[in-house]
Amino acid sequence: MIEPILETRGLDKNFGALNVARNINFALAPGARHAIIGPNGAGKTTLINLLTGVLKPSAGSVYLGTNDITKMAEHQRVKHGIARTFQINTLFMGLSVIDNLNLAISERMGNATGILRPAGNYSEVMEEAGRILSTLKLDNDALTEIHELPYGRQRLVEIAIALALDPKVLLLDEPAAGVPSAESHIILDAVDSLPKDIAVLIIEHDMDVVFRFAERITVLVRGAILAEGDPDEIAADKEVQAVYLGESAHV
Amino acid sequence: MTSSTGTPTGSLARSVQFLQRRHRFHWAEIIPWILAIAVFYLLPGYRLLATQILVMILFALSLDLIVGYAGIISLGHTAFFGTGAYITALMASNDIPDPILGLIAAAAGAAVLGLVSGWVLLRTTGLTLLVLTMAVTIMLQELANDFDEITGGFDGINFTNSEILGLIELDQLWYSSSYIYVLVVLFFGFLTIRTIVYAPFGRMLIGIRENTQRMSAIGTPVHQRQVSVYIISAAIAGIAGALWVQVQGNVTTEVYTFELSGEVLIMLILGGTGRLYGAFLGATVYKILESTTEQVLGTDEPYWQFAIGIVLILTVLFARRGLFGIFEDIVKKFKGASKGEVQ
Repeated sequence: MIEPILETRGLDKNFGALNVARNINFALAPGARHAIIGPNGAGKTTLINLLTGVLKPSAGSVYLGTNDITKMAEHQRVKHGIARTFQINTLFMGLSVIDNLNLAISERMGNATGILRPAGNYSEVMEEAGRILSTLKLDNDALTEIHELPYGRQRLVEIAIALALDPKVLLLDEPAAGVPSAESHIILDAVDSLPKDIAVLIIEHDMDVVFRFAERITVLVRGAILAEGDPDEIAADKEVQAVYLGESAHV
Repeated sequence: MTSSTGTPTGSLARSVQFLQRRHRFHWAEIIPWILAIAVFYLLPGYRLLATQILVMILFALSLDLIVGYAGIISLGHTAFFGTGAYITALMASNDIPDPILGLIAAAAGAAVLGLVSGWVLLRTTGLTLLVLTMAVTIMLQELANDFDEITGGFDGINFTNSEILGLIELDQLWYSSSYIYVLVVLFFGFLTIRTIVYAPFGRMLIGIRENTQRMSAIGTPVHQRQVSVYIISAAIAGIAGALWVQVQGNVTTEVYTFELSGEVLIMLILGGTGRLYGAFLGATVYKILESTTEQVLGTDEPYWQFAIGIVLILTVLFARRGLFGIFEDIVKKFKGASKGEVQ
């Protein structure tokens, strides 16, 4: 098997008596298109928080390639190539779209602490922002402040900021959550056209999205991995059907 | 430079062009300096008040860096103002009376205090942070009071400065050279702050203000950056404190009062936070209001505070972006809806 780019070994997380992650052994392959599904409260976002360093595990470890990053702070993990988006928009609401991107790009390029040259004179930052905006078709909104954008396009900025970090691993936490179905194709198209060399892990409730996008699926239930396999295996898995797919079929 | 634009748009190119020009000086930015010079020649009787205003502008500007840009709320900024003031006064009364050296030492001392206190305090947020900033300045005031052999306690220290660069004497009677001295220091302090806020560092501060959580998620070591801006802000506040006592030739524990911390925060909110010229407008209006109500209504303290209170309530209720925000709106109306706002 190919060496995973991101891996967890025996990952546990407790909040008091509540086990939100239980002995999770999870591996993400380079360039993967991997989905995590599971009912509400299964610990999907918790897993993302453990992978990105927002939460520290109670036991177990996280590896990026062969490096143990368990003790590494969130901001350092970003510099090592792990980027994420948020389930609920976590943007710089009062700033324009291009200013949102520039913050991420400046940080990545290492000039965010520059105090002498005006930000507008860093042409390499501007060019990179322009490139990403064009890719995601946000170029006409470059100067629009986030709070003036429709929700669907705000979700797109979530992805744009993560891409601006030039990640090796991209964790998408329900990228289409809250987007009206008429607009959701914008997000799905963006997800479909992500660069192939980025390993993408997506959390999603919408089964159409999951089965359209994922080459591999992990099912999480009550903090533990219930099943993992390619989409056909998961769709055929009796246990998964009982716990999860059966449930959503009612909706 | 903007070659990456796609076929359908000039829109992206125009956006980039806007960002490339955002930091440029607007012609109107010369107005406060012309006014300051005009006051010097036309209203010589008001030079004392005007000098105080200039110092308070610098103090409020330093506070704007952390409150308005980085979103760090503080009710204890006199900790740095007072430290700068005492360092300068103690140097002058101990045979190092050079004013410029005094400013440098004040900045350095306040910066060290900013580093130490910021490192600890900035791990907290919100009300906890507010109370802790207050506690630090109250503690320092107590210290200044108790160590009266060094600080002169309640009576303070009287001292004389030597000539600036060995040439110009600071006059404490007519405030002519003093006024120019303070104005020049303010000018350089302002240029420094203006440069910082338009540089990537300043944009990064705004990011922290807008969304701390996202800043961590894009790889920003938030605490470390907050401490760095706290140090810069402390140093400038220290310089303001040093100026304040240099032009008076006297320092008392008043420079450490929590009330003064509150006043400078009110000036900033009144003028408008996170917009540089808010500090100019706020400090000026506050000080003028203070002195006119004193003259008109008599020196009974409650009256002028009452007037300030009303203005503040009106500002907070109807002009959340402060007086400078109102000014921006008027300018926009006159120009018609065009360009984005100054930030």
